[in-house]
Amino acid sequence: MTFIPKPKVAHPSLPKNALGLTRRDYEGALSTLCAGCGHDSITAAIIEACWGISAEPHDIVKLSGIGCSSKTTAYFVSGGHGFNSVHGRMPSIATGANAANRNLHYIGISGDGDTLSIGLGQFCHVIRRNVNMLYLIENNGVYGLTKGQFSASADIGSKAKKGEVNVQPPIDSVLLAMRLGAGFVARSFSGDKAQLVPLIQAGLKYPGFALIDVLSPCVTFNDHEGSTKSYAYTREHYETVVNADFVPIEREITVDYAAGQTQSVVMHDGSRILLRKLDAAYDPGDATRAQNYVLERMNHGEYVTGLLHLRAADHEFHAVNQTPDTPLNQLPFSKLVPGAKALEKLQARYR
Amino acid sequence: MSSAPSRVNDFVIKIATVNGTGSASANTLLMKSIFRSGIPVMGKNYFPSNIQGLPTWYEIRISKDGYVARSGKVDLMVAMNAETYGRDLREVAPGGYLIYDSTWPRPALLKREDITVLGVPLAKLCNENFTGVRTRILMKNICYAGVLAALLDLDVERIRELLAETYAKKPALVESNMRAIELGYDYARQHFQCPLPLRVEKMDRTAGHIMIDGNTAAGLGAVYAGATVAAWYPITPSTSLMDAFKSFADRLRVDPDTGRRNFAFIQAEDELAAIGIVLGASWNGARAFTATSGPGISLMNEFLGLGYYAEIPAVIVDVQRVGPSTGMPTRTQQCDIMACAYASHGDTKHVCLYPSNPEECFYMTVQAFDLAERLQTPVIVLSDLDIGMNDWMCRELKWDDSWQPDRGKVLGREQLEKIDRFYRYLDKDEDGIPYRTFPGVHRKGAYFTRGSGHTQLGTYTEDSAEYQLVLDRLLRKFQTAKRYVPKPVIEQDARTDIAIVTIGSSDGAVHEARDILRTRGVQLNYMRVRAFPFGEEVEKFLADHRLLFVVEQNRDAQLRSLLTLETRVAKEKLRSLLHYSGLPVSSKFIVDGVLGEFGEGRRASLAGV
Repeated sequence: MTFIPKPKVAHPSLPKNALGLTRRDYEGALSTLCAGCGHDSITAAIIEACWGISAEPHDIVKLSGIGCSSKTTAYFVSGGHGFNSVHGRMPSIATGANAANRNLHYIGISGDGDTLSIGLGQFCHVIRRNVNMLYLIENNGVYGLTKGQFSASADIGSKAKKGEVNVQPPIDSVLLAMRLGAGFVARSFSGDKAQLVPLIQAGLKYPGFALIDVLSPCVTFNDHEGSTKSYAYTREHYETVVNADFVPIEREITVDYAAGQTQSVVMHDGSRILLRKLDAAYDPGDATRAQNYVLERMNHGEYVTGLLHLRAADHEFHAVNQTPDTPLNQLPFSKLVPGAKALEKLQARYR
Repeated sequence: MSSAPSRVNDFVIKIATVNGTGSASANTLLMKSIFRSGIPVMGKNYFPSNIQGLPTWYEIRISKDGYVARSGKVDLMVAMNAETYGRDLREVAPGGYLIYDSTWPRPALLKREDITVLGVPLAKLCNENFTGVRTRILMKNICYAGVLAALLDLDVERIRELLAETYAKKPALVESNMRAIELGYDYARQHFQCPLPLRVEKMDRTAGHIMIDGNTAAGLGAVYAGATVAAWYPITPSTSLMDAFKSFADRLRVDPDTGRRNFAFIQAEDELAAIGIVLGASWNGARAFTATSGPGISLMNEFLGLGYYAEIPAVIVDVQRVGPSTGMPTRTQQCDIMACAYASHGDTKHVCLYPSNPEECFYMTVQAFDLAERLQTPVIVLSDLDIGMNDWMCRELKWDDSWQPDRGKVLGREQLEKIDRFYRYLDKDEDGIPYRTFPGVHRKGAYFTRGSGHTQLGTYTEDSAEYQLVLDRLLRKFQTAKRYVPKPVIEQDARTDIAIVTIGSSDGAVHEARDILRTRGVQLNYMRVRAFPFGEEVEKFLADHRLLFVVEQNRDAQLRSLLTLETRVAKEKLRSLLHYSGLPVSSKFIVDGVLGEFGEGRRASLAGV
């Protein structure tokens, strides 16, 4: 694999966002993943989402670990700052980066192996710390780069390409995140861009930890008969309970939704996440019931998708640490270094 | 009483207690009162990896000459733990003293004829005068401090003054503690001939000095370096460094107007996350650090390789403890020298600093941040338990208010505005150090950071030539580092071609050993390396000598190995003196080692004259 830059030729009639940038300005290097890989669809959705919310490219921080999914940070927003770190440890890099500068958009891209096996500990703790970031798992149930081993998200009974059947129970990122107190938990499908783009936008705007687990079939190692993470299986077995629309500040809500089925959540900058419930009985604000629902459907072999849980952001990392509004990396040293007099004074207790 | 010759301001007290009984405050009280009388003093704590109930010792060395090492002998033992009476008795040097709690008489302790055993009914005195089990236990400790005050002729007013400072907010405690002091003091005056031949006498050698431990000093250094992100996982013996940073930052870094804290203090889930957080924050332009010990360094290896290859600053303080594996967590060694120099897989080398005392912990921690940013690489400060957790007398810490941090080669908004394109890993200045940018500053500043193969333009590569170009530049950068790191401390006299080379906390014992050897006609030159990579001064010193004793505190001669690998020195010239018991090296060990190497008869050749 080599680095392949994309030619930058933009047609003058391409639509521009509030910053005067076209979608092309949010693209990255050419993907070197397999043709038809679900991850590439997610990359396209991220490009669309970032363009749509008019995020300044160099304010976007793209973080990842190791694996096929982690490669994708190179394939979108080449004007952003990318950091392809080590396997399973992206959450700690994200925590440090966010601690240093609270004012940027942090997008962590991970996979099911990177998050649920080698990185399970860091995944849990970044949720506990409630770092303001979008954490996106490209979930295909399989290790691609090492050629087809089961990952920890593989379902019991799912069949590998070479015929082996998985017998160990899966770890489900969505259930785990809700259990650990994440305030924004979603599941989507790489083949459903209409659902995914607004979810990404909402996740980017959510002022706390936001998880989107995206089922993203691996065309090479996990798209066969008997796999529960294939395109065909996912299409047949997914049910959306709550769709999210992301409404920027400047845009009025024009679509009329049936009363009682919509719910509007205002973000700190005035933008809104509009929830469209397809099942009127589903309450995305209640994490316990949401978990039970997801688990119950899962036991029937179904994936529940959409914005499964949304709670007003509280105890965000910087709020807990009482850091200033000015990012820590921009505080002048005159504010950080106490000086000679203070040093002399504080040594009194050591004399 | 034995009629030993008077030893004023030159002896060792050892206090044997049970951990968790609150003896620390009594020991600090004793030490500080001696320090405030102008007498150089050093405290070393030998404690178990345990919370309550196991034997623990505290050693106070009073040294008019200012020696800081363990002397290797005990003149006065305060035996407060019946469980260890046997070994404590054996440890007292002939002509010495042993004090024990004679509430329960132990005639067996009187069996040694060459020392003086003094019984004080401490428990009885405290039971009669105080109520409550916990109070009685605590006061028993303060009471032995009173006994020592009488025996050693300590200034009781100094003790009162210290108690008043310690319990400024609880005056009742000053009175009760003072009562315990007086109980012991009066008992000793009534029953023994006070003072003993070993006693203290006022001096004026501590002015301009403080008593501080290395972890406190390093934590303070991180505050003064402007660190804003501190991430860590608790591990003995480094935890108190982070505690110190937190407590100083809570006092000095809270905005008086808003109450906001100008730092983030993050207790991570493990050392892997701690170093990840540090790298993430440093990559994003904050000064960030972590403190750990050997097992933590092992866990951080993968990330240290990323920091090296992706060229991200980071400051790591490794407070070394006894290995391998869990080893002895509360004992000291210098056993991570090799692990830190070459941490991580692949071709990696790291800049390491080796402080020898708390004073250097302060300054070197500050310097580590400058070096990390100047060189864009992790910098490891190798302290150890002896420096980190013991109270050392050292010069007062000074700060120059004109100090400016060295942020290294960072392109800001204006500079990026002026250039055509930014390439992260280009060696524009031919010193091996590229330029970096921070996210969110300018559209032209964006680049991609990765631990996978990359070109000097910052793009992914699997091309051999492009890969090697970057890897070779990293080696040039490491050469450049030699110009920036602290130079060795050298004491060289042309009349001899034999020397001692040492590192870190072994310095104190070597210093004293050289003085002792000099009195025996053996003159040795001296070099203490203070950083890796080794610069030309180190090369030259090694080349200048025919024979070099390398003193260090590990089994495998790690400093010697590193010198052999990274300098031109001939291996045969380096003779190891290795101390790795877990106790700090003593001057006696070095003196015996040097003399033993040659035998008494060959001292003339050793002196090189």
